[in-house]
Amino acid sequence: MASPLALWKRFLARPNTDRGKTLGIAFLVAIVCGLSVSVASVLLRPFVTANVEAERLSLMTAMLADLPGIGDILADAGDGAVEILLVDLATGTLAQGIDPTSYDPIAAAADPEASTALSRAEDFAGLGRRENVAPVYAVRRDGALALLVLPVRGKGYQSTIKAYLALEADLDTLAALTVYEQGETPGLGANIVDPAWQALWAGKQVAREGEVVIEVVRGDSSGPHEVAGISGASVTGYAMTDMIQFWLGPAGYGPFLDRLRAGEQP
Amino acid sequence: MTQPTPTLRTLVDPIVGSNPVTVHVLGICSALAVTTSLSTALTMSIALTVVIAAAAGIISLIRHHIPGSIRLILQITIIAALVIVADQVLRAFAYEMSQRLTVFVSLIATNCIVLGRTEAYALHNPPGPSMLDAIGNGAGYSAVLLLVAFIRELFGAGALFGINVLPLVADGGWYQPLRLMLLAPSAFIILGLLVWAARSLWPQQAEARAFELRHQPRATET
Repeated sequence: MASPLALWKRFLARPNTDRGKTLGIAFLVAIVCGLSVSVASVLLRPFVTANVEAERLSLMTAMLADLPGIGDILADAGDGAVEILLVDLATGTLAQGIDPTSYDPIAAAADPEASTALSRAEDFAGLGRRENVAPVYAVRRDGALALLVLPVRGKGYQSTIKAYLALEADLDTLAALTVYEQGETPGLGANIVDPAWQALWAGKQVAREGEVVIEVVRGDSSGPHEVAGISGASVTGYAMTDMIQFWLGPAGYGPFLDRLRAGEQP
Repeated sequence: MTQPTPTLRTLVDPIVGSNPVTVHVLGICSALAVTTSLSTALTMSIALTVVIAAAAGIISLIRHHIPGSIRLILQITIIAALVIVADQVLRAFAYEMSQRLTVFVSLIATNCIVLGRTEAYALHNPPGPSMLDAIGNGAGYSAVLLLVAFIRELFGAGALFGINVLPLVADGGWYQPLRLMLLAPSAFIILGLLVWAARSLWPQQAEARAFELRHQPRATET
């Protein structure tokens, strides 16, 4: 039996037209390239995820900075002004033992261990499954909650709409809405990213007598619970309504918001 | 004047004499896309030069054992692997820049300059000269990119590397930015002018006509 080195030399000495050598070289190159790509990707992943997270946070901070009164708090408190809290959605309590900076709710929603299947009746947002633990962002002024930012998402007309919903300290008044990801019809549904339309949400009330009633309506808004819809984008409008009602309702952040309203400090 | 050594010629020739962009008109797509500002052009240039040099070195090292029947797919595999690694490094350490370059770093894999140099040169030459040739071509590509980006950023935004040099009307200065410069057509115009200038200066760069013009148009039949 020849030594491996001699075998290797014999392999290299074969003519380049040889079918075995062709297959062997192709296999070797594929293995080496695949390995180097995998190693690079695994080694660099922590850096990349940290970058992605930082960008998402800076987008949210930019949204918060534009709100009256909130920008000043952020400027005063510096980087630590926004605190991430992980909420156990079913009980409404804070989840323990998970690192908020590396927690990915979208991945959790796809993991049967970390998510709950939604029945058709409660799944207005069209999610199918909902993660058990979701992040919320709290901004405090002098120790008291000034603003609560809830990440929400739902099925739109032809894409998943992802947005941040900022509630004021009374947990009823909407401070702002920012859609940060969507793929709705350009020129129609996609106008939900228009700052002028998003500004319509500020100051609206989400609930009446404990029930979440805020909705996007056809035509003009006629009250504090209605937001004027975009012409030609009815389905996207319904989707926004459903998404917000879902996330503020009992299957979403409802239990957590109820606890806060009852006086618990997050 | 002394003749430059062959080594030096391998390195310097592709920068002007046989520049991959202006002479061979390769890599135009990325040259259009990333030249709206100098910083993106510089990052793209460095990424391409690193990838092309590494690819040329590796392919040259194993050139005696690359079977002719699968040589193209092997080269593309090696180049693509290097490009993915370069893209990952950028995403990890220069995230904002990688967001601005979007897909164009990944598209280095399909950049004809890289495959062109490995196929034409690295496959037949030892690693040293191959890498020099690759770096020279990378530098030639970079020179064109930086020149185009310099013109586009200066006239399109009144800035260089994001730092304002021409006082803009919007800030109370006198310079009204030329918005056309930030759109893709301006890169075509500048590149075209650049090719024309290079070929007027060095007429030997112009290639012979592939098809003669028909001097007498066919008579229209009635």
